[in-house]
Amino acid sequence: MNRFVTLLQPSQRRGAFMPFFMLGDPTPARSLELIRAALDEGADALELGIPFSDPIADGKVIQASAQRAARAGADVRVCLDLVAEIRRFSDAPLGLLVYYNLIHRRGVEAFCQDAAAAGADALLAADVPFDRAGELPAAMEANGLGSVYLCSQNTPDDRAARILQASTAFTYAVGVMGTTGAREDLAPATREFVLRLRRLSPRPFVVGFGVSRPEHAVEILRLGADGVIVGSALIRMIERHGEDHAAAMRDIRAFVGAVKSARTACQD
Amino acid sequence: MRMHDASDFERGVGRFGGQYVPEPLVAPLTEIRRAFLRFRNDAGFHEKLEHLLRHYAGRPTPLYFSPKLSARTGCRIYLKREDLLHLGAHKTNNTLGQGLLAHMMGKRRLIAETGAGQHGVATAMAGALFGIPTEIFMGAVDIERQAMNVFRMKLMGATVHPVTSGSATLKDAINEALRDWIARAEDTYYLFGTAAGPEPFPEMVTHFQSVIGREARTQILEAEGRLPHTVVACVGGGSNAIGAFHAFLDDADVQLIGAEAGGDGTKHGASLSAGLPGVFHGMHSYFLQDKDGQIAEAHSIAAGLDYPGVGPLHSELHQSGRARYFPVRDSEALEAFHLLAREDGILPALESAHAIALTLQMGKELPSNAIVLVNLSGRGDKDLHTVLEWKGDRVGVMPIQK
Repeated sequence: MNRFVTLLQPSQRRGAFMPFFMLGDPTPARSLELIRAALDEGADALELGIPFSDPIADGKVIQASAQRAARAGADVRVCLDLVAEIRRFSDAPLGLLVYYNLIHRRGVEAFCQDAAAAGADALLAADVPFDRAGELPAAMEANGLGSVYLCSQNTPDDRAARILQASTAFTYAVGVMGTTGAREDLAPATREFVLRLRRLSPRPFVVGFGVSRPEHAVEILRLGADGVIVGSALIRMIERHGEDHAAAMRDIRAFVGAVKSARTACQD
Repeated sequence: MRMHDASDFERGVGRFGGQYVPEPLVAPLTEIRRAFLRFRNDAGFHEKLEHLLRHYAGRPTPLYFSPKLSARTGCRIYLKREDLLHLGAHKTNNTLGQGLLAHMMGKRRLIAETGAGQHGVATAMAGALFGIPTEIFMGAVDIERQAMNVFRMKLMGATVHPVTSGSATLKDAINEALRDWIARAEDTYYLFGTAAGPEPFPEMVTHFQSVIGREARTQILEAEGRLPHTVVACVGGGSNAIGAFHAFLDDADVQLIGAEAGGDGTKHGASLSAGLPGVFHGMHSYFLQDKDGQIAEAHSIAAGLDYPGVGPLHSELHQSGRARYFPVRDSEALEAFHLLAREDGILPALESAHAIALTLQMGKELPSNAIVLVNLSGRGDKDLHTVLEWKGDRVGVMPIQK
């Protein structure tokens, strides 16, 4: 069974914590160490980006992350090799988040084959709505990749229900109206959105965009989301520490650990 | 050629166009599409738009027969004078149409990207005219080279946001406008400037720009009693070209020719001549890109052609062979700029100068007395600084050979 399906099945529901990393940031080697650290601290699954030149759904932090990774040589081949490396030491579900032109240029079938061969479990094309995905869903299915589609606060109920149905791995609920990026507070609209999706369907959804603190993550899980993705808040640590790799490692470990212990405390 | 219709909106991959956007943009695009489909056939809407085009913007624009360009080539060369439209370029056709639509939809905020600044100024105009606060995203590099247009936008009450990401030109301005729209989709109308981007923009902008070709077709029939042999226009995103071509698509004998930005020969903006099919900025079309699909940076002396993609209708015309596209170099465009200034007393936009240059090259190979219709999409006042500072492979004013 697909690793995401196993992780997120309702009987197991405990709220998955899924850090997002840009593959290759700040360098391919260091990126691998940061990812290993997050998994060591108990991250349940990972969402992994491949750098794209023009990431229109991303705020400044992830834009800069993609640029650092690209400058360090993280092309599609290098990124897929990193996924294969991660798969060698971890059995955690791995989702890829890419912009569609990278899939299109390689060929939809070839991309899905290569991603699956590297060990990815799911694929999300950030700029492809679920009902415009063309040949992508069939190619994902044929290669054993779970599908992930975005759902946002301005998605009407009937469409949201169809997205929840179409996403075979999980639905990626865009927590804020805006691009990726850490926010100080969890907006009331985010809470309402989580409650609305939970009412709509028992199928798994994971909330990302704008989730920046362990307490946000835990609150989103408590409201009924199946998982939560934190990206910019972690990537900011990489950015802030620059060459001081040990400090970035320390901060990322601490953050993942804080989410895990807050979740445990909350469930006890 | 069959143009997109409403049913195509529901179709996915497999043809050029489409709506490749993050989910938060699906709702606002659907809302605009519905409003456009409702108003495109609404008599009241058309009456208002016609009134503005005629009494505010100055349509119809003249069709001018240029005896001197004609003598140089042996063809009969006509210039469609969009440079004489209010604000000095074809962009006004689109911003009046979409501005009126946004107004009818009750939108409280307009945003737009701009390259050369022409679309930014035209959107600022629409914002002023319809009383909608307007914010323009413009690459920092373009702000530098088009300072007067920035001033014009501000005079009309718009806020201009400099964009510093990427190459800080048109591509990046679109990225930033899309990001803004994702955050404020509810009250904001994104007034897209060219016949590109996600549906319904390519089709809607084509609709509002097709007035160019419709008028020109009538005018040329009045003047010559026959259709042109060839229609020539410059192509960046492609809105002036599709506007000029559209009325002639079903006239199989009329050649359609697009002049792309050939840049310095190495760096360029010739997406059709030198790019590959891809998916970016909401559409399946041709793009300059690397082996992985990373979008490349374009280059052109003309800021309005400095874009690594092209509208999907041009990709269809290119693939079907109905239209043909050729790169024109910066230096050739500049030469045509000087030539038109000296011969006809017209300063063309550097974008339009690409079409003039291509016409002069091709004209010599056409049958004598073939009628060539060139879309002079804008005036060159905005480019004087660029022309003065040109340090390309030829410097200064071109010697004119008689």
